[in-house]
Amino acid sequence: MTAEGKTLLEIEDLHVDFLTDRGWTNVVNGVSFDVGEGEIVGLVGESGSGKSVTSLSVLRLLPSGYARTPAGHVRYRGRDLVGMPPKELRDIRGNEISMIFQEPMTSLNPAFTIGDQIAEGYRRHKGGTRRAAFARAAEMLDLVGIPDAGSRVRDYPHEFSGGMRQRAMIAMALACEPKLLIADEPATALDVTVQAQIVALLARLRDETGCGILFITHDLGLVAELADRVVVMYAGEVVETAPALDLYDAPKHPYTAGLLNAMPQLGVRGRELPTIPGRPPEPWRMPEGCRFGPRCGHAGEECAAVPALRTVEPGRSSRCCRIEQLHLAGSP
Amino acid sequence: MTFTKFTGAAPPAAEDGPLVDARGVSVVFRKRRTLAPARQVRAVNDVTFQIAEGETFGLVGESGSGKSTTGRALLRLVPTAGGTITVAGRDVTALRGGSLRRARRSMQMVFQDPYSSLDPSSTVAGSIAEPLLVHEKMSAKAARARVDELIEMVGLRASYADRYPHEFSGGQRQRLAIARAIALNPRFIVCDEAVSALDVSTQNQVINLLERLRAEFRLTYLFIAHDLAVVRHISHRVGVMYLGRIVETGPAERVYSAPAHPYTRALLSAIPDPRRKTERIVLEGDLPDPANPPVGCPFQTRCRFVMEVCRQRMPEHTAVDGGGEVACHLQTSGPALSGASLNELDVNSRP
Repeated sequence: MTAEGKTLLEIEDLHVDFLTDRGWTNVVNGVSFDVGEGEIVGLVGESGSGKSVTSLSVLRLLPSGYARTPAGHVRYRGRDLVGMPPKELRDIRGNEISMIFQEPMTSLNPAFTIGDQIAEGYRRHKGGTRRAAFARAAEMLDLVGIPDAGSRVRDYPHEFSGGMRQRAMIAMALACEPKLLIADEPATALDVTVQAQIVALLARLRDETGCGILFITHDLGLVAELADRVVVMYAGEVVETAPALDLYDAPKHPYTAGLLNAMPQLGVRGRELPTIPGRPPEPWRMPEGCRFGPRCGHAGEECAAVPALRTVEPGRSSRCCRIEQLHLAGSP
Repeated sequence: MTFTKFTGAAPPAAEDGPLVDARGVSVVFRKRRTLAPARQVRAVNDVTFQIAEGETFGLVGESGSGKSTTGRALLRLVPTAGGTITVAGRDVTALRGGSLRRARRSMQMVFQDPYSSLDPSSTVAGSIAEPLLVHEKMSAKAARARVDELIEMVGLRASYADRYPHEFSGGQRQRLAIARAIALNPRFIVCDEAVSALDVSTQNQVINLLERLRAEFRLTYLFIAHDLAVVRHISHRVGVMYLGRIVETGPAERVYSAPAHPYTRALLSAIPDPRRKTERIVLEGDLPDPANPPVGCPFQTRCRFVMEVCRQRMPEHTAVDGGGEVACHLQTSGPALSGASLNELDVNSRP
């Protein structure tokens, strides 16, 4: 399936609904993609595109009364996580599949030391003494580049800076040597310099531990540097998948082309910045036919029919039914 | 929605001096501690810059560098501990009470978070009308007409005025915050990370709006952001802050193409680039503790070119070829770099 070898995570036709004032509303509509062993896949889209919901449903982290998965499969090494008994899932969660969240400020418990929080998950999954788990915590902090990790492991979260907290979160996620790391906007709330550190760290971890990484972001520039393959989501659906550099050079969907065009460039000031007209549709008011149609400058009559995601080149797929007639510009 | 095209022409030269003139501005925060003497943090330290009328001055730096505090100090939202700030010829550091309130009509701010900067319990008409009722003593009817006009000015429909903030997307809310900021016809607006929370396409829409309003009303902006590509697009001149100090200023073209300070260069190289050709400089470590800054150059702990002199003396501001100033010993005591870009140093002697 993937260039890197064996498939680690396989999401197939995933549907997610949320309970809203308007009843059950579909927010993720038939999403399918894979993450291979040792592969970094970037999941990209604007706020509300369903990328975070997709990533949260892998480990079934959505609130059960308010979200449901009416159809679809999430297979981790062939085992379907969607119907798995909670007890079994808990052995995978934080152990074989770990997650890093966007806000390092609110993801750590202020009442416990960094070391305690890293050690907790490690002891739950791997057992051993408290002392051994604490030593492991210090080792992990050192791995993610916290200076003087041996003593900082006894610090509380408020004694860490934002970048250090995010690194502590990564240390926590890596303590059990997961096979798959899901990183939901791990660098978004951070400064560019710290962002650069985190991205370099994730790339190094993949090279050293061989874990697969699902990297969720709205920043196309960031995903290009890190990811092998990119999955672009719009309005709850995958609209394009491609190897990262191919996507930048020659997008195969007008939405991707619009996003690339709108990326801030270090170019000449003064010209009006390109935008995608309008805004994403609300989940309860999805357009008929192509969901991007109303905002698309290339829309034609054939776009009134619901387009399917199809292979347009080896290793590349697109949900645009007119793509063969279009010549879309890549990133400038 | 169509916008009138704006031109990126340089701002006209000011008739009598800059609109905003900050000289040696410092802001000190006192941090009380239990059973220990209070600590003083110099969040902004001896900051000097000018902004001409109609110009956009971009202020960049990491969180904790003091860029937001500088913006707040200019509007007297935090007290200054030293220096003078002149806006439109008036020394705002000396103003008190009613005269400060009157001065604030011409200075406004757009905040980062469009979700918390509008009152959720008031309609947007109520939020935008408030400055008109307070400052202009307008009648309710006149204020309402002005609100409708402002909402259309920022590219929304006047019929939205009676809705509540939660009914709007992030980009729309930021437009409403801008409508409120321009309600009193200000001359100077501080945009503090005004587009940082938005998706790229929405971000560009808001930047285009800010540019259109600047051209139309001859507004002057201090544009604070951590995203250097965005700052590049909107700013005529740029200031780079590190640990409460401005380490480099200059025309945006010069700063971005030929950075003179090692910190500026590291910041620029940290911008994600899908087709990166140059090596990315990853700065090690974090900002030093601002309550206990290093002696000498503030950047010495993370600088790859650090020299003995950097640990002893604070570098002076010196002129850079192509415009602006830099505070770096490489330009004075270093390997004869004076006035040149840091890029030269790598060509001549790769460390």
